[in-house]
Amino acid sequence: MSKVHVSATVNGDPVEFLADPRDTLLDCLRDQLGLTGTKEGCGTGDCGACSVQLDGVLVCSCLVLGVEAEGKRVETVEGLSSGQDLHPLQRKFIEHAALQCGFCTPGILVAAKALLAQNPDPTETEVRYWLAGNLCRCTGYDKIIRAVMDAGAEMRGAN
Amino acid sequence: MPKDDLKTGYRLVGTRPNRPDGLDKVTGRARYGADISAPGMLHAAVVRSPHAHARIIRIDASKALALDGVKAVITRADFPTGLTGEDWNLQENTIAGDVALYDGHAVAAVAATSKLLAQDAAKLIEVEYEVLPHVIDVDAAMQPGAPVIRAGTADHSVPDGMHPNVVKYIDFGHGDLAAGFAAADLVRAQSYKTEATHQGYIEPHACLGQMGEDGKGEMWVCTQGQWYIRRMCSAVLGTDASQLRVTPSEIGGGFGGKTTIFMEPLALALSRKAGGRPVKLVMSRAEVLRATGPTASASMDVKLGMKADGTLTAASVNFRMQGGAFLGSSPVGEALSCALACYNIPAVHHEGYEVLANRPKAAAYRAPGSPMAAFAVESLLDEMCRELGLDPLAVRLKNAVHEGVKSSYGPTYNRIGLVETLQATMAHANLTVPLGPNQGRGVAAGFWFNHGGETSVSLAIGEDGTVTVSVGTPDIGGSRASLGMMTAETLGIAYEAVRVNIVETGALGVNEPTHGSRATFASGLAAVEAAKQAIAQMCARAAAEWGIEPEAVEWLDGAAVPAGPNAGKFPPMTIAEIGAKMGSTGGPISGHHEVTAGGFGASFGAHVVDVEVDPETGRTTVLRYLVVQDAGCAIHPAYVEGQYQGGAVQGIGWALNEEYVYGADGRLQNPVFLDYRIPVASDLPMIDTVIVEVPNPGHPYGVRGVGETGITPPLPALANAIAAATGARLRSLPMSPPKVLAAIKAKARG
Ligand code: FES
Ligand code: FES
Repeated sequence: MSKVHVSATVNGDPVEFLADPRDTLLDCLRDQLGLTGTKEGCGTGDCGACSVQLDGVLVCSCLVLGVEAEGKRVETVEGLSSGQDLHPLQRKFIEHAALQCGFCTPGILVAAKALLAQNPDPTETEVRYWLAGNLCRCTGYDKIIRAVMDAGAEMRGAN
Repeated sequence: MPKDDLKTGYRLVGTRPNRPDGLDKVTGRARYGADISAPGMLHAAVVRSPHAHARIIRIDASKALALDGVKAVITRADFPTGLTGEDWNLQENTIAGDVALYDGHAVAAVAATSKLLAQDAAKLIEVEYEVLPHVIDVDAAMQPGAPVIRAGTADHSVPDGMHPNVVKYIDFGHGDLAAGFAAADLVRAQSYKTEATHQGYIEPHACLGQMGEDGKGEMWVCTQGQWYIRRMCSAVLGTDASQLRVTPSEIGGGFGGKTTIFMEPLALALSRKAGGRPVKLVMSRAEVLRATGPTASASMDVKLGMKADGTLTAASVNFRMQGGAFLGSSPVGEALSCALACYNIPAVHHEGYEVLANRPKAAAYRAPGSPMAAFAVESLLDEMCRELGLDPLAVRLKNAVHEGVKSSYGPTYNRIGLVETLQATMAHANLTVPLGPNQGRGVAAGFWFNHGGETSVSLAIGEDGTVTVSVGTPDIGGSRASLGMMTAETLGIAYEAVRVNIVETGALGVNEPTHGSRATFASGLAAVEAAKQAIAQMCARAAAEWGIEPEAVEWLDGAAVPAGPNAGKFPPMTIAEIGAKMGSTGGPISGHHEVTAGGFGASFGAHVVDVEVDPETGRTTVLRYLVVQDAGCAIHPAYVEGQYQGGAVQGIGWALNEEYVYGADGRLQNPVFLDYRIPVASDLPMIDTVIVEVPNPGHPYGVRGVGETGITPPLPALANAIAAATGARLRSLPMSPPKVLAAIKAKARG
């Protein structure tokens, strides 16, 4: 099958790639653009390891085709920190030991950032339900929830 | 020992610094199994049996090979013959021989220039099967007339007259069982079942392998143990272990499931057949669930004798476990040994059967065997406490093992912390929270042996006095931090001055994997010894420069200093000063330690869970959860808590949701995360933890190992809590809403 030329913006940078029409956005990010920070845990939309933002909307990149990114903005974990500075979520995840293996971490960070953008002061229950689509097998979620809430508190304080 | 006493004098041990690999892991830079590519790389796909049991009549790959870009197809014919024992099991599980033994068993594999092409080609490989009768359930597999999976597999332990699927029999115990039961005021016996579950690591198996015609190869792979990968792949391929260089990637969870091989030799065999081009092989989630390490399913009988005051007088257990179609894969021996390990019982007897079934080859899963055993024993113990009106924690404390007691599985315990753990549990505030309607509280204890094992660690002093530690145990949850802390503590230098690298198989002697809760224990012990060697050399260098005897120099706060006033007056010589001139004072300074580490200390835990059960739906909500466990010494308490929390939540999933569901055709019905439902954030409360520290005398900092025990108590604790909430006792896992609802209704009918 012949490939399709796709132009998009990834983490603020213009990119171009050739996608097989069957390739997922996740495959294109990882294999075409070398952005392997976004992970595949299931390929069926059930684990959230592949979470990215597409034109500001949180999506599972394993459920989006690469060709659908044409003309769109994609934000991945690699775009979370600006220059030298970690995003508060990234810092809080390290400080709270909110990762063990770290494989779920990129997807959870991207999802949590989307949460705090629309709900800067979430309750524990709101964080838990927002992240219910992001599986973590290592931590039992406790420290993840604390890290997200702490990052939210810090970001509110900074505003 | 109260925590504060123990930690006196430690600068770093017991603190919570940021983990050294944290930055890479929050920025997406850390490279896991599937994150690496190589020039000229091919992609592989695997053809798997759709049948639970089928003779392979013919494999025709001509259509696949006719596609442009398809470079190699392999079948069992590409592997050597004549393997025996576990090597044969590994080869047979890697790729089926004459018979496919379970749904998902690999039959052929293909390498092509793209992932999609490899997948297309795999679909064009035609396999003709003769479907054979199959058996899935462990009890059914033992029945007369059950399909025979592989005649002649049974070892000498199996009594005559048993079904050929019974391949191992175990029998041990001590004390006078009849007298023990006769001395009891209450004797109860019950039967329990647990279904297979999967480790459920979020990272699917992935590797990049390269091998030439000469048998020299390289592999990048997500694994808990690079030397195990090396040995097992070499055995399966008939190549020399030392010709294969295995580099571990970052690992996205393992829980025991990544201590063995599943598809790694396929990548190497494809590479060898494709002229040595590197081959990347990444499993899908369905492949992970169908063809990699579930744990065993179990069917268990327990009988306990108890006096009216709660004293246990006798216990017998009889367990049947299937671990797939291969001898030696079920953890029935471990299950038996763990079953009664928490209690000091005068008479115990254990009997176990390993049974073959048409399921994937079971792999280790966190405290293998212990959770199932605990489900049976701790559930019955709870029932008997209720019947006698006794406090279940007090009864556990009354019977708790302690130093000097002969364990149920044989050895006599040295210093252990079950008593302290139970006392800390009983003192916890969660036990005083009042419960409402439809709510119940359950408790249970749990045990794991922990492990030492083959370990080799090197440490080198840098030219600036910073330190590199090379270890062979992949960092699965913060062990770089704990190893760096112990090394820095021993050397008296800053935590940040140590870099811990997880190295490839060429860089150290053989290391066992990160398994058995051994990384911080065994690699830590070896790192401390290596640091002490380096210290001795640095003291000798200072002594030579000062012109005094090496014994007259001691190491203090990262510097060599004269030992006492008689040694002479010299200013401290720091590690940085010694490192800067080591080239001219005798050469590089390093330390090295290798050992098959004994001295590991047994681990005990106790959990308390409060649940609410919806009487309309049977759904169980976990309201609060407490884990209390003896760590020996918590080097980095945050990652110790993380192990407790993660283990508990895996156990909650096992108790409430997770199970392998097979259809009548023997095919796995739920090979996706949507249907194989692991706990999600909204299912859970915070998981409260208490770290008890009864130091292990076999480790320089008292470490016991913390990874495994935490998965054991949740199974019975939840059953006990559900019984308390509903009056209905569930003796089969998982306690999913339909089963709980049925039990509530049956109870109401009387
Ligand atoms: S990989 Fe996309 S949701 Fe799991
Ligand atoms: S930290 Fe391992 S899956 Fe979340």
